[in-house]
Amino acid sequence: MNQDYEVVIGLEVHAELKTNSKIFCSCSTAFGAEPNAQICPGCAGFPGMLPVLNHRVVEIAIMAGLALNCEIAETCRFDRKNYFYPDLPRAYQISQLDLPICQIGYLEIDLDGEKKRIGITRAHLEEDAGKLVHQGNITSSPFSLVDLNRSGMPLLEIVSEPDMRSAQEARAYMEKLRSILLFAGVSNCKMEEGSLRCDANVSVRPRGQKELGIRSEIKNLNSFRALEKAVEYEARRHVEAIEDGEKLIQETRTWDEEKQITLSMRSKEEAEDYRYFPDPNLPPIKINREWVEKIKATLPELPDQAQQRLIEEYGLPTYDAAILTLTPEFLAYFDDCLAHYHDAKTVSNWMMGELSKHLNQNNMEINDCKIQPEALARMLSLIDEGTISGKMAKNVFEEMFASGKEPDLIIKEKGMVQISDASTLLKVIDEIIGANPGVVEDYRNGKEKAFGFFVGQVMKATRGQANPAIVNKLLKDRLKGD
Amino acid sequence: MELYELGLCDLQDKLNRDEASVQEIMESIFKRIHTVDDKVKAFITLDEENALKKAADLSHKDSRKGTIAGLPFALKDVFCTRGLRTTCASRMLENYVPIYDATAVSRLNAEQGILIGKTNMDEFAMGSSTELSAFFPTRNPWDLERVPGGSSGGCAAAVAAGEVPVALGSDTGGSIRQPAAFCGVVGFKPSYGRVSRWGVVAYTSSMDQAGVIARKVEDCALIMNIIAGRDPLDATSAEVKVPDYTSFLNPDIRGMKIAYPTECFQQGVDEEVKNLILAALKKYEELGAIIEEVSLSHGEYALPAYYIIGPAEASTNLACYDGVRFGLRVEADNILDMYCNSRTAGFGDEVKRRIMLGTHVLSSGYYENYYLKAMKVRRLIKNDFDQVFKNYDLIITPTTPTTAFKLGAELNDTLTLYGNDIFTVPVNMAGLPAISIPCGFSEGLPVGMQIIGQAFDEGRVLKAAYAFEQNTIHHKNKPSLGGEER
Repeated sequence: MNQDYEVVIGLEVHAELKTNSKIFCSCSTAFGAEPNAQICPGCAGFPGMLPVLNHRVVEIAIMAGLALNCEIAETCRFDRKNYFYPDLPRAYQISQLDLPICQIGYLEIDLDGEKKRIGITRAHLEEDAGKLVHQGNITSSPFSLVDLNRSGMPLLEIVSEPDMRSAQEARAYMEKLRSILLFAGVSNCKMEEGSLRCDANVSVRPRGQKELGIRSEIKNLNSFRALEKAVEYEARRHVEAIEDGEKLIQETRTWDEEKQITLSMRSKEEAEDYRYFPDPNLPPIKINREWVEKIKATLPELPDQAQQRLIEEYGLPTYDAAILTLTPEFLAYFDDCLAHYHDAKTVSNWMMGELSKHLNQNNMEINDCKIQPEALARMLSLIDEGTISGKMAKNVFEEMFASGKEPDLIIKEKGMVQISDASTLLKVIDEIIGANPGVVEDYRNGKEKAFGFFVGQVMKATRGQANPAIVNKLLKDRLKGD
Repeated sequence: MELYELGLCDLQDKLNRDEASVQEIMESIFKRIHTVDDKVKAFITLDEENALKKAADLSHKDSRKGTIAGLPFALKDVFCTRGLRTTCASRMLENYVPIYDATAVSRLNAEQGILIGKTNMDEFAMGSSTELSAFFPTRNPWDLERVPGGSSGGCAAAVAAGEVPVALGSDTGGSIRQPAAFCGVVGFKPSYGRVSRWGVVAYTSSMDQAGVIARKVEDCALIMNIIAGRDPLDATSAEVKVPDYTSFLNPDIRGMKIAYPTECFQQGVDEEVKNLILAALKKYEELGAIIEEVSLSHGEYALPAYYIIGPAEASTNLACYDGVRFGLRVEADNILDMYCNSRTAGFGDEVKRRIMLGTHVLSSGYYENYYLKAMKVRRLIKNDFDQVFKNYDLIITPTTPTTAFKLGAELNDTLTLYGNDIFTVPVNMAGLPAISIPCGFSEGLPVGMQIIGQAFDEGRVLKAAYAFEQNTIHHKNKPSLGGEER
């Protein structure tokens, strides 16, 4: 991007809260049911029905607020946000306008080792709408079908301050927010299932200028990558428009994943007047401080605390600590490994390396991984004990990942035990030296590279099972001559 | 006396003494309905077959366990009834059959009451004459050329005409009390939060309250014992303990302090109405109550504020009628036209008027000047009442400034029509309990007196009403509709 400009980003994130039942009725929140299998006259907006607040939702929202360093309101209230759309059964969404449950918090992101604090303006409760189902796309479909399973799912809308200055920062914020919500146990945060959604407010201004530029709100950002790409695109579009002397307008735009561009949905002038007012069906909620304290006491370890622990207790680099604390499951895996193995950095290397690589390649989560932490720890011990080499370990790991078998079993089945016995190895070494007098000569004349040839030959002859450290030592001794 | 002429408690006595059977009661009720309802037009839907079946099931004493076992009741067509269409007197819901019973209805059913039918009303409870029903107007049994009041006009007319001893109505600004006054029966609106609103189709959620219309105060107490109380399905239903309301049916009111507001005798109140209220106050004095004049100075702002808050809430409460999931749908090529066509065809003029009004007062730029200001007025009105109740037990006013008007007389004069609610609206704005009881006649038409109590002090309201009723004969008058077998 043109360096004369600065991009300013604020994010509005909707996190679906993890409850068994919906926010204003007792319908199930399970994902993936048949259309309209999880609805009642209440969440379908039938005449005479009334919302009753799910107490657990408030508790979880307080938990989320505390995890995001927010102030928890003493009184919060629900308002009606009025608009017509077929997926909104009452034709108003129950949300919070003036008195949100959480306000004024922050989280910290890590930018190449530098910490940056991103403000959180507010986090408020609201209900989700249903969804429309079409044949093909919305414009060509001969019908719209309404599925209200999602209607009434509890959402926490978390609004950030416009504190981010690059697409990377926006992504870092989103990732950090996700890991905090996951660690706090308040949301499943599955972007692909829509339980974590994000809208981005983007504007640009000449560097040094105080007032904000004209902003676009970008919707339909379904992945971290989409967020990053859309912000980059939009910022570039704004700068180009300004440079070309075009007039930007405040508008809502949507991210077109296929074309990788943003498209205008509506301008500010076309924006609806939502006619918010307090919902008379729901009395204001009083949140007493004892309750908040009680919830605070049950807050689990959060990513920042966990990172600090990894750095202080195990001396891990900040980078490792950040990766290991992306999700609570990943961290738990690490902790479980360390219960059976002593060296944190080795575990971290394997988790960030082989394990992550295999998970990504197979599009799997750590919870789906067949390798139990104890088994990984055992494999690492087998390396230390010299039973297998690091190189062999990669093959063992692959087999463990695929079958879930114990490393000892794999080694036994494949006869993969490392050869560390000197007399066995010497026999092989002497044979190779005897067969390659020319190369021996080269080596003795100072051609260091020739050493590698011998190591390779020994490994080949032992099908990779020779203990490399011992091979190195024995080879050096033998090649000295005398 | 015919069975249909008896009150609920009287019928209960008859059953207990084996002087009548449940079937005989039902037969008498339906015979009466078939005789007079062509003239009165109180019912939108009758549930005769089911009612007679239930009556047969309850014919044996052993099967009658509930407190109103075998006794008939009717419902304003705003109460959702499982399997029985619930129209709100609107084309929008003309064929709407709920899959659930309102909590109040479930409670009456649980006590083995027998629903006989659903009564007419102003569409979506918006109106004071029941002329604004999308189907047909109901007529006042005392004078068929006059309105029965509204919006629970069908209930009041049916009870007055002997078609049913009790009916549940709903009252947002006077919709139980005003028709009760016009039809010469008892209309009781409990405190806001006393009776669950779950399953009662919403008009103004912050003021709607279900209540009872009956011919006798004791019948109101009996029904209140059943329908009052906390409902976990209604977040605004109160956690306040429910007393046995029949225990207040004791006419000794000596020492009770009753206030009457000066303002009620100033503005456009019919002379005869004034005189009857003054006579009633005198009666109370004779019975040992202490009567004093007070001022409720913010009352004059009640109507304007009500006609902001009510429509504001209504405009969003009625937004769910969009043709998507239930009710009337008029097809179109796109969703916006489908909305417009359905709502244009489904709603009557008054409903549209209030939706537009409500949409306007909530709009950006108007919210502060209208809605917020009206909410402040509401607070002042409540303060007025709180002030009076520091020193008094009850407040008495006329229920309405005039007696029942002629059909069509106020149809084109919306403001006069709205003015009918001048004494009843402030009570809803403050969420108080109030009753309207007959206190005499003016030119052959019934006049109602309103008794207002403190929030959740329904017992005292019933007690004062009972004392008056037991010491007067107004409630014994019955309209002559022909067909009576006397």
